[in-house]
Order: sequence, then C-alpha cells, then structure tokens
Amino acid sequence: MTPMPADKAPTTISQGSQTKGGIGESTLRPDGTLKVTGEFAYSSDMWHEDMLWGQILRSTVAHAEIVSIDTGEALATPGVHAVMTYDDLPTAVRHYGLEIRDTPVLAHGKVRHHGEPVAIVAADHPETARRAAAKIRVEYRELPVITDEASATAPGAVLVHENREDHHARHVPHPNIVHRQPIVRGDAAAAARRADVIVTGDYTFGMQDQAFLGPESGLAVPEEDGGVHLYIATQWLHSDLRQIAPVLGLPEHKVRMTLSGVGGAFGGREDLSMQIHACLLALRTGRPVKIVYNRFESFFGHVHRHPATLHYEHGATRDGRVTHVKCRIVLDGGAYASASPAVVGNASSLSVGPYAIDDVDIEALALYTNNPPCGAMRGFGAVQACFAYEAQMDKLAKELGMDPVEFRQLNAMEQGTLMPTGQRVDSPAPVAELLRRVKAMPMPPERQWESSEGADVRQLPGGLSNTTHGEDVVRGVGYAVGIKNVGFSEGFDDYSTARVRMEVVGGEPVATVHTAMAEVGQGGVTVHAQIARTELGVAQVTIRPADTQVGSAGSTSASRQTYVTGGAVRNACELVRERVLETGRRRFGAYHPAWATAELRLEGGKVVTDGGEVLADLVDVLEGEAVEVEQEWRHRPTEPFDRRTGQGNGHVQYSFAAHRAVVEVDTALGLVKVVELACAQDVGKALNPLSVIGQIQGGTVQGLGMAVMEEIVVDPATAKVRNPSFTDYLIPTILDTPTIPVDVLELADDHAPYGLRGVGEAPTLSSTPAVLAAIRDATGLELNRTPVRPEHLTGTV
Amino acid sequence: MRVNLTVNGRPQQADDVWEGESLLYVLRERLGLPGSKNACEQGECGSCTVRLDGVPVCSCLVAAGQAEGREVVTVEGLADLAGRRAEGGELAPVQQAFIDAGAVQCGFCTPGLLVAADEMLERNPNPSDEDIREALSGNLCRCTGYEKIMDAVRLAAARQQEAV
Repeated sequence: MTPMPADKAPTTISQGSQTKGGIGESTLRPDGTLKVTGEFAYSSDMWHEDMLWGQILRSTVAHAEIVSIDTGEALATPGVHAVMTYDDLPTAVRHYGLEIRDTPVLAHGKVRHHGEPVAIVAADHPETARRAAAKIRVEYRELPVITDEASATAPGAVLVHENREDHHARHVPHPNIVHRQPIVRGDAAAAARRADVIVTGDYTFGMQDQAFLGPESGLAVPEEDGGVHLYIATQWLHSDLRQIAPVLGLPEHKVRMTLSGVGGAFGGREDLSMQIHACLLALRTGRPVKIVYNRFESFFGHVHRHPATLHYEHGATRDGRVTHVKCRIVLDGGAYASASPAVVGNASSLSVGPYAIDDVDIEALALYTNNPPCGAMRGFGAVQACFAYEAQMDKLAKELGMDPVEFRQLNAMEQGTLMPTGQRVDSPAPVAELLRRVKAMPMPPERQWESSEGADVRQLPGGLSNTTHGEDVVRGVGYAVGIKNVGFSEGFDDYSTARVRMEVVGGEPVATVHTAMAEVGQGGVTVHAQIARTELGVAQVTIRPADTQVGSAGSTSASRQTYVTGGAVRNACELVRERVLETGRRRFGAYHPAWATAELRLEGGKVVTDGGEVLADLVDVLEGEAVEVEQEWRHRPTEPFDRRTGQGNGHVQYSFAAHRAVVEVDTALGLVKVVELACAQDVGKALNPLSVIGQIQGGTVQGLGMAVMEEIVVDPATAKVRNPSFTDYLIPTILDTPTIPVDVLELADDHAPYGLRGVGEAPTLSSTPAVLAAIRDATGLELNRTPVRPEHLTGTV
Repeated sequence: MRVNLTVNGRPQQADDVWEGESLLYVLRERLGLPGSKNACEQGECGSCTVRLDGVPVCSCLVAAGQAEGREVVTVEGLADLAGRRAEGGELAPVQQAFIDAGAVQCGFCTPGLLVAADEMLERNPNPSDEDIREALSGNLCRCTGYEKIMDAVRLAAARQQEAV
C-alpha cells in the first residue's frame, strides 16, 4: 500500500481501531476454508431427496412467430414428470424484468432472440429432461431480424415490441429505441469554433460476456404451505423475489429465498435466469427441482455487455485545452430491456470521461433488436465510452504533438469540477495524480523473454505455439484513465438493510450480522465482519447466510455493496453500541463518573473511555441479554437526469482508475502479448487491502480480455450466436495475463462510510483502452474497434 | 451400469449409472462429492480437474465407465494426499496458501486449480513463474486476474522448501 498523505486521512473513524481484525486489515475470507476443501455449497451443488431435473427448450431462431408447440411426445417420455409452456403459466402475470416487465417467462406467440425459453421440462435424470425437451416440436414462422440501428429505425421496420406502455415509450423517438438520454451543457458548437484542432472518430465495441464460472443454477423445493423455497445464485435476492412471486401467484412471504454459493456474477446475475422455471416445475410436480445450465446454455441464459457504436468529436486549443466534446453512443440492447435504460444513463453521463470539459453535446440510446439481450456487466455503460474517449484523447495529443499523459493531466477533472450533467464532483478526484503514479511505476525490462538458453517462447506473442523467437516483435506502451459511478443512480432508492445482534455466547461477546447481501466472490462477508469488529470491539463475528428473512440489501452491483450494505452494517452496529452503552450506564453508571461524561467505545470485548480506561467487560454489561437491531440505511439521494438536457445530480459517488499497458505485438502474425498492465486507483479507504487489490487485478484482466480476445459473435444475417462455448469465446488464461502492479491511493470521500470509494468496476474501464493504446503505439495502426483480432493487425481486413 | 472406483483412497461404487454420464457427474451427483466443479463441461475451464491414477484430467471429459477400477483424487482428498506425502495438517499446503494469498474470490475455479497446482508442485517443487503459468494454463479463473493465484503457488512452493 502507498502511504497516504496525512492531510487526506479519513476523518470519520473514531471507534474501536484497537480491535484486531477490524477495517483496514487484510483479514482472510470467512468462507476460504470451505472454498478450498470443496465443501462450499454453490447453487449447482444443491441436492434433495426425490429431486427432479429441469431443462429449458430454447428457440433455434432469433425472430419468429410460434405457429404451434407440440409437447405430446415429450410428455410421454418415461421419467418425465412435467412439460410446461406459456399456456400452463398459473397467473396473468407472465412477464418479468428489472425495470420494464417485457420478458416473457416462456415465449408467447413469438420469439425475439436466439435462445429464448419456449418450454420447460422436469424429469428424473438430466439427460432424460434434455432428450424430452428435444422432442418438443415447435413450428416457427420466421420474421425479418432487426440487428442494428439502421434496421431498427428503417421506415416500416418490424417492431420488436408492439404496443409499448413502459415509462420510456413516450419520450423515445422510435419504438425500437428502449431509452434515449441527451446531455447538453454549455455551447459545444460555439466552443468548436475556438478549437485549433478537431478530431473525430467512429468506434465499435464488441459484445462481451460476463463468463462467470458458476453456471446459472438453483434448487426449488415445494413447501407444505403451498409456497416454495428457492436456493439460488443471484446478485439481489429481493429483486428476484419481487419478479418471481407474482408469476407464481404467491405472496412474497411464501417464496423463501436463500443465497447459495455464487460462482461469480459481474452483472450477469442481475436478471432472472432459471429462477421462475425451477419454481414453476417444483410447484407443478410437488417435487424439488434442480436446474443447472451447461456452458452452452449459459451463453443464452444471461444478458451480455452492450455492444456499441460510438461517434466522437473532440476539439482542443493549440495549448492543449479540450474545447468541447460531441458524441453519440448507440448501444444494442437486444430483444428485452433488462438494464438498458440505466446503462444509457451511465453511458451518456460518463461519456466524456474524467476531464473538465464545459461544452458538451451528448446523446446515448439503446436499441431493441433481435440480438441477444444485453444488460449489466461490470462497468455498466461506462466501459464502452471509455474505450472511445480515451482513443480520442490519444488522437488529440498526437495532433497537438503533446505527450498523451501530460495532455490528459492538463484536462483532468478534480474535486469541484462539473460533470456534463452539471453535478459538482464533491470529493477527491485525483485523476492527474493517478496518471502520474501509473506512469512513475518502473517499466518491465526490454526483451524480457530473452534468457541464456535463448528465447522463452512462453513470454512472447504466440506463446507455446512457438511462432516467434523475437522476430517481428514490437513493443508499445499506452495509457488510459476512466470514471465510473458508484451505486444506483438517477433517483433510485438505493438502500440496504442490516440486522446486527450482540450477545454473550460461551462466555464471550459475539456479534451476528445478517443481511441479504449477495456474496458473489467480492468479499463482502469479510468486510462485514471487519466492520462489526471495529464498531463493536468483539473478536467473534458470525455472518448469517443471506436470505429474504431480512430486509433488502440491494444489488451486488455498481461497486456499491461495501458502501451501502457496509454502511448499513456500520449503522446497525452503531445503534447496537448505543443500546449496549445505555445498558452499561444503567447497570454500572453509579460506579464510575466516566459512564456519564466520557466518550465511550467498545474495544477488545470491553467498554473503554477515550483515554483507554476500561469501564466494564461486555460480558458483564450484556449479562445474558441480547441486543438486536435491524435497520435500513441510505446514502445521499440522487436525482433523475432531465429528459432533454441531461442535467441533474444523478450519481452518488465517482470512482477513478488509470492503467499503463505494455504490449508486444508480432506484427507478421498479428499476435499480442500483454507484458504488463499496471494500475493506480483511488479507493478512498481500503477496508480490506488484499481484497481491494484482488478486485483491481480481476477487473483489469476482464478489460484485457475485452481488448484482445473476448467477443460474442452474432451473425448479422440471422441474429444467431455463433460462439456459445469456452472453445470459441475466449477469456484470458493465466498465460495471457501479465503481472499487474497496483498502486492504491486512499483519499477519503467524507460522504461515504469510512471515506471508502467503490472499487470493483473502475479498473475494468481503463484497462481496455490502455491495451489498445499500447497496440497502436506498437503498430501505428488506428484500431477503432475492440476486441482487436490478428486480422486487424496484419492488414488482412 | 455399475462403476467401481477408488476415490480419495476409499473404494466407491455407483449404481444405475447411465453410460453417457461423465466421471464429474458421478462424483458430484452420485457419490456426494460436489467439490469438483461444472463450469463448462466442455473440457475448457479446468474447474473439474481431478487426478486419475495420478494424472490431472478434466473429469467432465472422462466417461464414468473409463474410471472403472481406477484411482481418483478430488479436491476433497487433497489434504489426505498431502498427509500421505507428510505435508501439512488440516489443509494441504497449497490449500492454505490459496487462502493466505487471497487467491480465492468466488472460488468456483479453486478446486480445479488446487488439484492442478498440487500436482505441479509434486513434480516441480521449485517452479519458475513461467512454469506455474504453463502448468495452470488449462484452468480458467474469472475473478482474480491470476496474480494472487501466482502468489499462492509461489507461497506454497516456498513453504514446502522451508519444510524440507
């Protein structure tokens, strides 16, 4: 960790810093032992006596009317217990969705994308279920496919959704546009006339997949009261619950949800996948039903990152000041809305990056098409824009003959800068400093692949394919920086709930923390225990499994959980502490004046004064009594963006990271080896430094994947997915991944608990454009699309 | 069909196995050993890595019948295996190192990585970074960016060296 300047130290910490295992320490994961022994129960590991297996039949075409569905042969298959289609749904509520309920539980009359669920089967063996599903005969009458902006808005274009009644329908220019957000501030046209240099660019961003390793899965168990208990991997239990219960026709209290082990998420578990299907089959058959996607199905079973086309114009004066930005960002939302409206809000409001630019003219929109539905993925709308605006910043610097880092620093935003939305950034925004730090890191040695025994091909482009021993290999260096919002925006009531209990167990004070927060690997459970130790001064903290028996924690998304559920845990701990101290005063106040006069805290299992004097043991204060508090907690409210101007205090907090990429390119074959990918990030306060660095490195590598390998390929003629497997959709292996030195800066945000800043997403933004910039530096090519493939580097496209 | 095999040193028998079932399915669904993971079931991700007669394999690509009469070690048996090599205690050194180095996030890749890393350290107790990368290149991880996994394997190797 880098030492933080004393004057920037968070000022909000006042309690219990003496208790071991508190915030700021790299305590180890409470679930670590279970995860290394294989005992941690993921959603696909669930098992129940008499359990059946569910299987989904998906559409083989992207856009078609369903003429008929014949389930007869499937139903007659021995071992099959149920087959259900749209007509078998139990209530009139037959659609779901995060914001707009436009997604059919099972297709009704029409399918709108390749792989849409059409029917579901329950059988006593997964292979029986698969074979039965294959026997369901669906007759399709194919419709023309909408695949891009031109086909979506062409005169007479088929509407992906007819008769839209959602709250965006009235303000969009075309029914095949989900949502559109303009942002206008200053006068970009006038500012353009002041510019000495203007650069424009058209950029293309491919469709990325979250590729979490734990497949969509869960177990639905029918309960005696007619309800159902769902063991599930998700990012937000209560959001699932609100979508599931009405479809089942059950009150929410009859749908019990328990979080099972979650094998990664990255946004891909914000939308429902098999949740309703498993519950429907369980309630229909009266038997527990397990559904586990395989990887092929997983590629169809969750939304992806929006592919985008982006047009940018930047101007600058000769002395290197950016005059204005005009941009237009078109996101392909695919067949259903999912999180598209919020992604549009992010893409537009963060579209110029972490720079102080007063004159902007911005438009972002998301389309309805027949491509795979797109929604949340780490970075959420900010990633596509960062790829484009950072390419533009390099172009401008080059045009001006300036160093790309110095040019960025000259235009960097800082605390007090206005966003395009007019929102003032009111906490540290150390953009120039992050760039300085990442540039100051030592460079990896030249020709690091050379050894006394010749070239180690494992360190060269092409690796063990042994395609070069250094011939045609050129090195390049690139920089990028990005800005990401933290938390849910645009006026969303983004609260969390924590229940904290303190009692004496086995002669020792123990805190129990119960939230509905989805632990998806990020380490929220570790941090909750640290917060409880810090606030309550106890060594022992029990983290209860997340379920719907406690209030909503909101989503494990938007880099928000340490801030919001962490904030809720801290708040509940403070309330518990107050009550414990009240009890102490009642019991022991007469024995020591400090009970009434001093600032008291809980530390090392004791009540102590400011000066460190021990007043009482917590064991004696509690004396068999348990103190329990459940409380909702909210961060500062945000506002919607104005529909026409995009003005508004829409975001809670901003998060910044910068990268430096060093790459080597085999220019003959177009192969890239990323040699090093250094990152500097401001995290406000690292509650758990080890986890923070893990987040930064993980996010960095997802950005690397987007730069050079990851893309879901959709056939533009048929809108069908061509590469739904890990054979054809490549994510970085340990051989593709370089060393990732990380420099963590901690400048407190006084509005946030402990001064912390959401960590998880920012590193995913700047990683991709840094790698692209390095490849441009090595090759001199323009490279306006990502991911870069060999043919883009060898001139064969 | 019936399949007899030895898993983590214990003879096991699975009945009513359909011929198309993988070793992974039999371990997870019939023998109560879900530690080996099902991330791709295509032999691409390594999350299902087990040792079959000592050799690391993707158990999703091994037909259950092929395991007849053979010895399988899964993540659940790593601590015992380390014990037989007179290493470690409750956990195998490589398991403890993954915890200590922060190499576990969601943990879904962890069992396969542990089996692969443990096998590599058995063969090559003093691996270079490039050796580690090569040995683990068949195991995908989506959370960590692999840096902490590198740290963990280096740590396990260093601890093993110290213990010798």
